[in-house]
Amino acid sequence: MFSRAYRTAITVPPLVWVAVFLLVPYLLMFCYSFWSVSDSGTIVHSWNLDNYHELLNKPVYWQTLLRSMWIAARVMFFSMLLGYPLAYLLSFHAGGRKDLYYQLVIIPLWVSYLVRAYAWKTILGTDGVLNTLLQYAHLTSHPLDFLLYSPFAVVLTLTHIYTPFTFLPIYASLEHIPRNLVEASHDLGATPAQTFWRVIFPLSIPGVLAGATFAFVLSLGDFLAPLLLGGPSGIMISNIVVSLFGAAYNWPLGAAISLCMLTLVLGLIFLSERLEKKWSFS
Amino acid sequence: MSATTPIKSPRWLTAHALAVFAFLYLPIVILILYSFNGQGVGGFPPRNLTFNWYRILFNDAPIWDSVLNSLLVAAAAMLIALLFGIPAALALDRAQFPGKALFRRLVLLPLILPGIITGLSLSMLFRVAEVKLSLLTIILGHGTALISVATTEVFAGLQKLNRAQEEASLDLGATYCQTFWRITVPNLKLSIIGAALLIFTLSMDEIAVSFFLIGRDNTLPLEIWGRLRRGITPEINAISTIIFLFSLIAIVFWYRLRTRAEVTPEIGAELVETAKH
Repeated sequence: MFSRAYRTAITVPPLVWVAVFLLVPYLLMFCYSFWSVSDSGTIVHSWNLDNYHELLNKPVYWQTLLRSMWIAARVMFFSMLLGYPLAYLLSFHAGGRKDLYYQLVIIPLWVSYLVRAYAWKTILGTDGVLNTLLQYAHLTSHPLDFLLYSPFAVVLTLTHIYTPFTFLPIYASLEHIPRNLVEASHDLGATPAQTFWRVIFPLSIPGVLAGATFAFVLSLGDFLAPLLLGGPSGIMISNIVVSLFGAAYNWPLGAAISLCMLTLVLGLIFLSERLEKKWSFS
Repeated sequence: MSATTPIKSPRWLTAHALAVFAFLYLPIVILILYSFNGQGVGGFPPRNLTFNWYRILFNDAPIWDSVLNSLLVAAAAMLIALLFGIPAALALDRAQFPGKALFRRLVLLPLILPGIITGLSLSMLFRVAEVKLSLLTIILGHGTALISVATTEVFAGLQKLNRAQEEASLDLGATYCQTFWRITVPNLKLSIIGAALLIFTLSMDEIAVSFFLIGRDNTLPLEIWGRLRRGITPEINAISTIIFLFSLIAIVFWYRLRTRAEVTPEIGAELVETAKH
């Protein structure tokens, strides 16, 4: 029903924009990763695999990547642990208060990411809220110093940031479950637990996969929380990239690491889509 | 059928929900409390309550400059994202062209990709093209990254749109242009406003992309970042409290607008939907 001119008008402008500002930059990143830097600091446009050699041969890079993945995996696990039961409660047991509670989960997203991360610093510091309370309650005699500037602080803060992001797709998928399926299950004599594990949970898997991917991928690429709260033991792979683009001034090596990250992320998205196809019922 | 279910919610679920809300709101409560703390950001409990930080804040020109910059960036990014995101959603909905699958993936990629990758790849583009970094490059960066949001929201709106209205309009002799402005846009109004608000908010708080595209003028998050790196700044708590209050007002406004039209919350749903295509 739509004319050729109409279709051209809606297709060409976004196509051009996306090509110039997304496709070309990704391709440039790909090119950069095969270039190198001369001693005087200029980019040498000769193609070689030196950057990738360095990545494989220096343990610091893949060790940091593994640590980042471990941190991201924990964030994913904990935000799921916090987000799923909350989404379930809201979707099935909140009654008329549903929308209000939903808004309550979203509202923290409106406070700046940075400021919330910084507030955790106030909470976890040696003379901070948590340590003062612990000492006041005589649970510890001296301030616990592992709370701040540690991977623990990074995991805690990122879990705080990404729990609403995990909640959203899970809640959406729970809301899409036809309620008569649940009632049928009850009527046929299933216990609430059976209904949950046999009916509700399998149908919510697309949301779980989307939420898990969000939490993992976004925390994997985070570099601000580690800088603010991570200390030396909480450094993540993006921090290395940032320093290579800043002080160390080695864009090609930084591009190679970013490309590895990009590949990893795309692989995960692909995997999660495959799994989702397997599990979605329609 | 009502949404209520035959079983009562187990008590541990309610307790769990309370704990999650406490976890989500604790930093916000702390931030508001400490914006009145006489001793700045250290010590507990907060002592010598004062409005001092607010007084200092109102005389702090660089912060207010950065607020203005952020508002400008957010407004411009919103325009770009809508200008290209709405046609992109229309194209995905109703046009066939070579490379459509790749196009869909590319448009939506910044939604799921860590900001650092978008920021870095764009900074390479600007370097190769010898464009000087400034607020303009940040606007281009935010606009590009947030087209994904406009596209998802509007695409979801289009899925619910009844095409018969558009067909009728065309059959009755209206031009494509008239049909677009009189039928398509009014029907997508809620999706478009929702997308615009979301884009504006996301841009106001964006830091990972801006981090690599910043010129001489700071946006608010980058100004805050600079100060946090330098050390203790209770003013930051004060400005965040103020922004939080404004956001609450915006949320209430949006909520009322939405409940007047239809009620289902859709952000998460759209993310799942688009992931399926």
